Amino acid sequence: RMAASPARELTQNPLQKIWEPYNNGLPAKHSAQRGVCMTNCPTLIVMVGLPARGKTYISKKLTRYLNWIGVPTKEFNVGQYRRDLVKTYKSFEFFLPDNEEGLKIRKQCALAALNDVQQYLSEENGHVAVFDATNTTRERRETIFRFGEENGYKTFFVESVCVDPEVIAANIVQVKLGSPDYVDCSNDEATEDFMKRIECYKNTYEMLDETLDKDLSYIKIMDVGRSYLVNRVMDHIQSRIVYYLMNIHVTPRSIYLCRHGESELNLKGRIGGDTGLSFRGKEFAKSLAQFINEQNIKDLKVWTSQMKRTIQTAEALGVPYEQWKVLNEIDAGVCEEMTYEEIQENYPLEFALRDQDKYRYRYPKGESYEDLVQRLEPVIMELERQENVLVICHQAVMRCLLAYFLDKTAEQLPYLKCPLHSVLKLTPVAYGCKVESIFLNIEAVNTHRDKPENVDISRPPEEALVTVPAHQ
Amino acid sequence: MTNCPTLIVMVGLPARGKTYISKKLTRYLNWIGVPTKEFNVGQYRRDLVKTYKSFEFFLPDNEEGLKIRKQCALAALNDVQQYLSEENGHVAVFDATNTTRERRETIFRFGEENGYKTFFVESVCVDPEVIAANIVQVKLGSPDYVDCSNDEATEDFMKRIECYKNTYEMLDETLDKDLSYIKIMDVGRSYLVNRVMDHIQSRIVYYLMNIHVTPRSIYLCRHGESELNLKGRIGGDTGLSFRGKEFAKSLAQFINEQNIKDLKVWTSQMKRTIQTAEALGVPYEQWKVLNEIDAGVCEEMTYEEIQENYPLEFALRDQDKYRYRYPKGESYEDLVQRLEPVIMELERQENVLVICHQAVMRCLLAYFLDKTAEQLPYLKCPLHSVLKLTPVAYGCKVESIFLNIEAVNTHRDKPENVDISRPPEEALVTVPAHQ
Repeated sequence: RMAASPARELTQNPLQKIWEPYNNGLPAKHSAQRGVCMTNCPTLIVMVGLPARGKTYISKKLTRYLNWIGVPTKEFNVGQYRRDLVKTYKSFEFFLPDNEEGLKIRKQCALAALNDVQQYLSEENGHVAVFDATNTTRERRETIFRFGEENGYKTFFVESVCVDPEVIAANIVQVKLGSPDYVDCSNDEATEDFMKRIECYKNTYEMLDETLDKDLSYIKIMDVGRSYLVNRVMDHIQSRIVYYLMNIHVTPRSIYLCRHGESELNLKGRIGGDTGLSFRGKEFAKSLAQFINEQNIKDLKVWTSQMKRTIQTAEALGVPYEQWKVLNEIDAGVCEEMTYEEIQENYPLEFALRDQDKYRYRYPKGESYEDLVQRLEPVIMELERQENVLVICHQAVMRCLLAYFLDKTAEQLPYLKCPLHSVLKLTPVAYGCKVESIFLNIEAVNTHRDKPENVDISRPPEEALVTVPAHQ
Repeated sequence: MTNCPTLIVMVGLPARGKTYISKKLTRYLNWIGVPTKEFNVGQYRRDLVKTYKSFEFFLPDNEEGLKIRKQCALAALNDVQQYLSEENGHVAVFDATNTTRERRETIFRFGEENGYKTFFVESVCVDPEVIAANIVQVKLGSPDYVDCSNDEATEDFMKRIECYKNTYEMLDETLDKDLSYIKIMDVGRSYLVNRVMDHIQSRIVYYLMNIHVTPRSIYLCRHGESELNLKGRIGGDTGLSFRGKEFAKSLAQFINEQNIKDLKVWTSQMKRTIQTAEALGVPYEQWKVLNEIDAGVCEEMTYEEIQENYPLEFALRDQDKYRYRYPKGESYEDLVQRLEPVIMELERQENVLVICHQAVMRCLLAYFLDKTAEQLPYLKCPLHSVLKLTPVAYGCKVESIFLNIEAVNTHRDKPENVDISRPPEEALVTVPAHQ
């Protein structure tokens, strides 16, 4: 039944060190690389719920997470389409169920958004689209579902149900009062109008129903995550989405990220290794202890890697800490403990390839940033579950974690500035994250090497090394 | 992972998969390193009441039966307490019907008194075909029905289920809103999850939501013999030897003959597994996490060279092969951690062929066959053999198929002398032959 074909030759792609078969010197498409969750057909996520139930919060967060783990995702907020079309928002009356003009415009916006969804998923290689609107009627959801089927998308609904007036009020304060819709209103005026807006939807709201909607794939989130109803999870990506949604919470907290104190190898401009702290690194650790004390953080968890320098730093805090192997610095393989000058001398091709695509470049017998994100995913998941946490880690690791919280792209990630002896305090606010950078006033070497202008493999050494920071 | 111990309480009518779930969950938690034990109250009953007569034992008005059943439940809870509070167990799975709210309150109070977090797992199923299939799979062969025909056993068991139905109080969204639980409906079509309290409960929910009961087989094998295998060297990233290539062709033929529906093929990102997959002529997926254990400074060495250059390391490894981490490398314990997403995805999938490596295959096999950390690093996974794993009843059927292409033996048994002071010959006595 299968002809015995001669085995194809394998070649190792120089950037990512992936073995690929080739035909006539070109890589043949055959195999897939699992490093990210694989989606065969695109997925359309459809948000469902009354206003101020966290749909946009969830949409944005989920989109950020999926992009970070490598699944191209984009959100489509129908309210934004409405704001672009109807330049000024007047009042809740736009949303009255018998306002024909309003209904016409709103339907137009939904269709425009779906059109862009189709463009993204079918023509722009998007894997997941998040359709963020109330979608509170069964009729509207059927329209969207049919659209999904016609285009070969798998549809997954995410409904947020909440009746707690305190939660609704808090949401309004967090994200509605500052909305462009209410730019000329007082807080009281805005709140009053918004509450009436919610009322416009309530009479026609048809929740996802266990019986009527038994053949749909969905998760119903109740009371901001107290309970969940999950129906017909169809594939890997839906399973990951459900797991993520079930782990996030909205309890206020802060995440502190910093690197270990300056190490002996840092001083010498060498990468990787597993040395201890320099004198200044030890001073930083003491400074960090004092800083943490002053912050007076409730129930702070402290995490380190399994490398000596982060553990030494944590030791100075005098509190319990947890060691995670997956927080270890990126493995530089054959380049471990080298200076950039030595890498340039011994591996000039590798050095250039790295500058060409720092995110995907894998050190020989080592890792890439792309690999690092994969192994850090459980850390992100646990950070989502936790409340106040201090993560003492490493430069590349910290860049990956920061990129997740600040929604940075794969191109930006490897060049994020994470200097020694600075603590980043991340506090979720509205739809994003507030960042405060605190330099703890102990000098340290700079370990940040910018992308040089010349990334050609033929470049002279000086041009490769022009951005290397000073060291002993 | 757990601060206070966790008590998982199964809930559901007979033949709803409670024991299946208990055993599988216990196996998974132990594999990822969470000491877990299941306590099956039915087993306590079988140990106490030597012979099972009929369903009448379970009638709700059978005072003698009720007394014995309560006694068994308490004996089991006693052992739970022993395990969690005195034997360093982290999770106990209490496997019984627990179908009344009263019984569940008793257990919950027991948990609170002892400082355990209680998490309920309820399985609800009304599909008669599923119930019938469960009865065939696991009840007909039960010690309770050892002297009965299949028809007699089925008839009695159906009456046994009826005994529970009238008093069954399902977990209720309103009445039980303060409890932590997952309600599994129709073998995983839908789930209701309430008040997940901590990391371990979150992992348990994720696992339960990914397992399924669709019949399928998992095929595990190593890459074909490699150039370094021939030389007795560990690790590295070489290609296949001549015999390794012959194995790959043989594997292709074997897979063809098996006529497997929708087979997925997974490899590591090392050349030797990919070369092996290439011979199959079908699409395959590369997973970096399936790469062989990283032997760090010992990469590409022979055991003789490790003994010569790192005799202390070599001895330490023999003393505790599971936890031993190579300098700048990994341990089996690390390997299990990084393979967990593979296991999760294998649970989601149906027919899969995993072409991997010796240490990796040992870890995966240990999960399916419920091997301990002590046994895992010594499981026999020879080159050029395929293991076909098929879930059956509460466990896994294993068929080992040697594809008739000779290969070196790469299995090094634990030597008698593991002292750091041992002479080299005693360290190397179990090293298999090589070039």
